[in-house]
Amino acid sequence: MNLITTATAQGLLFGIMALGIFITYRILDLPDMTAEGSFPLGAAVCARLIVTGVHPIIATLIAFFVGALAGSITGFLITKAKIPGLLAGILTMTALYSINLRIMNRANLSLLGKEKITDLFESFSLPNQFDTIFMALILVAFMIVSLFLFFKTEFGQAIIATGDNEKMARSLGISTDQTKILGLMLSNGIIAGAGALIAQDNGYADISMGIGTIVIGLASVIIGEVIFGNLTFVNRLICVVLGAIIYRLIIMFVLLVGLQPNDLKLISAFILAVFLALPSLRQRFNLNFFTKERV
Amino acid sequence: MTQKNVLILKDISKTFYPGTFNQNNVLNELNLTVKKGDFITIIGGNGSGKSTLLNSIAGTFLVDKGSIKINEKEIKKLKEEQRATLIGRVFQDPLMGTAPRMTVSENLSIAYRRGQKRTLKKGSSSEERQYFETLLKKLDLGLEKRLMSEMGLLSGGQRQAIALLMATMKKPELLLLDEHTAALDPKTASVVLELTRKRIEEEELTALMITHNMQDALNYGNRLIMLDKGKVVLDLSGKDKQDLTVSEVLNLFQKSTMNQLINDESSLD
Repeated sequence: MNLITTATAQGLLFGIMALGIFITYRILDLPDMTAEGSFPLGAAVCARLIVTGVHPIIATLIAFFVGALAGSITGFLITKAKIPGLLAGILTMTALYSINLRIMNRANLSLLGKEKITDLFESFSLPNQFDTIFMALILVAFMIVSLFLFFKTEFGQAIIATGDNEKMARSLGISTDQTKILGLMLSNGIIAGAGALIAQDNGYADISMGIGTIVIGLASVIIGEVIFGNLTFVNRLICVVLGAIIYRLIIMFVLLVGLQPNDLKLISAFILAVFLALPSLRQRFNLNFFTKERV
Repeated sequence: MTQKNVLILKDISKTFYPGTFNQNNVLNELNLTVKKGDFITIIGGNGSGKSTLLNSIAGTFLVDKGSIKINEKEIKKLKEEQRATLIGRVFQDPLMGTAPRMTVSENLSIAYRRGQKRTLKKGSSSEERQYFETLLKKLDLGLEKRLMSEMGLLSGGQRQAIALLMATMKKPELLLLDEHTAALDPKTASVVLELTRKRIEEEELTALMITHNMQDALNYGNRLIMLDKGKVVLDLSGKDKQDLTVSEVLNLFQKSTMNQLINDESSLD
């Protein structure tokens, strides 16, 4: 039971990160590798600020904005320098590795004994881990409602149109450079914010915590889609978070059956590969235990 | 008909892959003046520069030389999305003109804001949707009931009819139609063409329409131009155009494209 609550708490926090991945991968149709750098960037910025005595909420917000800045660099490389999206993300991600080390001054920055965002819920005296779940639930709900409202606005619709049909978007006067840059900023801001939250939950920021961010995020998006199928926008957002929780539960299970934590990345990649392959496997073998995926 | 000039093209040239083995001078100092209310059909062989002409006007790429003026304003250096304030477009591919994952209503809402700055205001309203419903009703294709359907679920003809509506609902100074019925079956094509004529008349639009169908080129519009090697080689309007027959056009057409017919099919773009 304890393990399940831990997995749920972690899943909710990673679900926020996955919402960021969802924006680039599904809405903008632009697989963005920047995430691997902006996730630890958020953690590093937040940890450094907390260590210097900044309030954890403000530190987390600043992490969001710094992440957005990282996204804007990738956006700039894609739209103005005309570098292909995948490569632009890899460039920013690589550059961020050095920047993250600079920010932290070392490979691992501990938050031991510092006030963290999770501590703010201690006064409710909830059982262990439930304070994290409680905080994460509030944040997830806030994120989903905000994203839903944002993507209903003129500008949000313009971002969706850019990802859906760029040529049409331009012919209707949408500045697709602008929508792409802002989409990338929003996505990486959310991812960095999630990095900040997870660093606080773990009690430290680590230079290597970004490795596999994309795989975890995509796994959450894909698991949500494969299991829950064709849905409206809000429900898709909810399913991304549910996907992240399910992903955590799967990871917890494989660790329980005896695999090593060192095997985690291998397992992550394997899980994502399986879920990516499921739709075509299902077609080939006529398996209908899941609803149809939306393409 | 008023005599105001909507579009003036002066000596525009466009060369693809300059300085390479594949160098291709698609437009050669082309001149064209379009009056307000003109509905011009454009014919010409493959590679004659028809699509490049429309793309040059719309700003898909910048021309190498010459001037492009809409309502006396030079737009040659403007980006495609900036020109969209003045220009409505329908593409050949029905998939190109609409966003498949968005609903019919969302597509129309985006088009309803063509040329406007996108803000954080609500992306659509219920009054708007009612207006869309009346517009769709006028198309007479039963699309008013599909406002909330995803665009990708509609047929090519339905999507093209909506794309036409999207290009014309915010009255553009210039409507560019690039073989927008070529990918449809003959019956649907004629329905969409009729809708096009209706929209152009209702809204008193100025339009350029590329077509490969000689009969359509004669039946529609008040003016016909033929392109060859990046220049306007024939320009007929009014009575001259009305008196033209398909065989006459085909004769003229064959004369100018004789040398190209061999590689005609391979050079589609």
